[in-house]
Amino acid sequence: MKIGVVTFPGSLDDRDAARAVRTVGAESIALWHGDSDLHGVDAVILPGGFSYGDYLRCGAISRFAPVMSSIIEKAKTGLPVLGICNGFQVLCESHLLPGALTRNHALHFLCSDQTLKIENSSTAWTSSYQVGDEIVIPLKNGEGSFQCDDATLARLEGDGLIVARYVGENPNGSRNMIAGITNERGNVVGLMPHPEHAIDPLTGPSADGLGFFTSILNQMVSK
Amino acid sequence: MAKIVVDVMLKPEILDPQGQAVGAALPRLGFTFATSVRQGKRFEIEIDGEATQAMLAEVSRAAETLLANPVIENFVVRVEK
Repeated sequence: MKIGVVTFPGSLDDRDAARAVRTVGAESIALWHGDSDLHGVDAVILPGGFSYGDYLRCGAISRFAPVMSSIIEKAKTGLPVLGICNGFQVLCESHLLPGALTRNHALHFLCSDQTLKIENSSTAWTSSYQVGDEIVIPLKNGEGSFQCDDATLARLEGDGLIVARYVGENPNGSRNMIAGITNERGNVVGLMPHPEHAIDPLTGPSADGLGFFTSILNQMVSK
Repeated sequence: MAKIVVDVMLKPEILDPQGQAVGAALPRLGFTFATSVRQGKRFEIEIDGEATQAMLAEVSRAAETLLANPVIENFVVRVEK
């Protein structure tokens, strides 16, 4: 089981994502933004950070990196892809997921432990959870406010495409408290908070984030 | 040589906290005229030769692909005199 973790110029959380992959017993493969070869990986993680300095819009330039051409093509035929934070922004800019992430409504950069409620446990990345589970993982972003038009929001709600919602006060102004969404197929998931920073109580607020990584492992093993 | 300008603005229905912050700062400085402020981006693109219709169409395509995110932003392409 090989899970690729992409490094863009400006990625920050690629090492933690790779560590999370190894923690659940999968092999982590480093993918480079300038290389369109996916090296035979079974799934891909787009990590958090500030790829290409967040110039223009977050994720707008990364979306055209050579590695993304291959990921976009394969994601459309079922390759599991998890985009965390900046990775979520890249997925929206790639149009693999609808909507966009915009500036937090209070303009502050957020960095805190955030409670989330899992809303969909049938995606490639959330099958280890139960719907209604509450998890605590770090949230750290400046542009994490999920926005989309009313029709898209109705579709996300109606088709069960919301993966996780913020619990408590809305931290960043996201519509309907959306913290993460998936595509119809359930192979592509974008999440603003960081499960890869919550895999060990020694270094994170909990080990609640592990479920994202065990989910993908279980899916691959059961295939 | 010609200069083509692309103005990019958030769509009216998209929350613009930066514009709101600027709008809130103006009256504190005694500028009380503004009922609303929205903030956008302006790209100035220089080209060799004339800004033909075909060239403007090409710039529009670039704006739609990269300069603006059509999910949340509108853009206008024009030639700067």
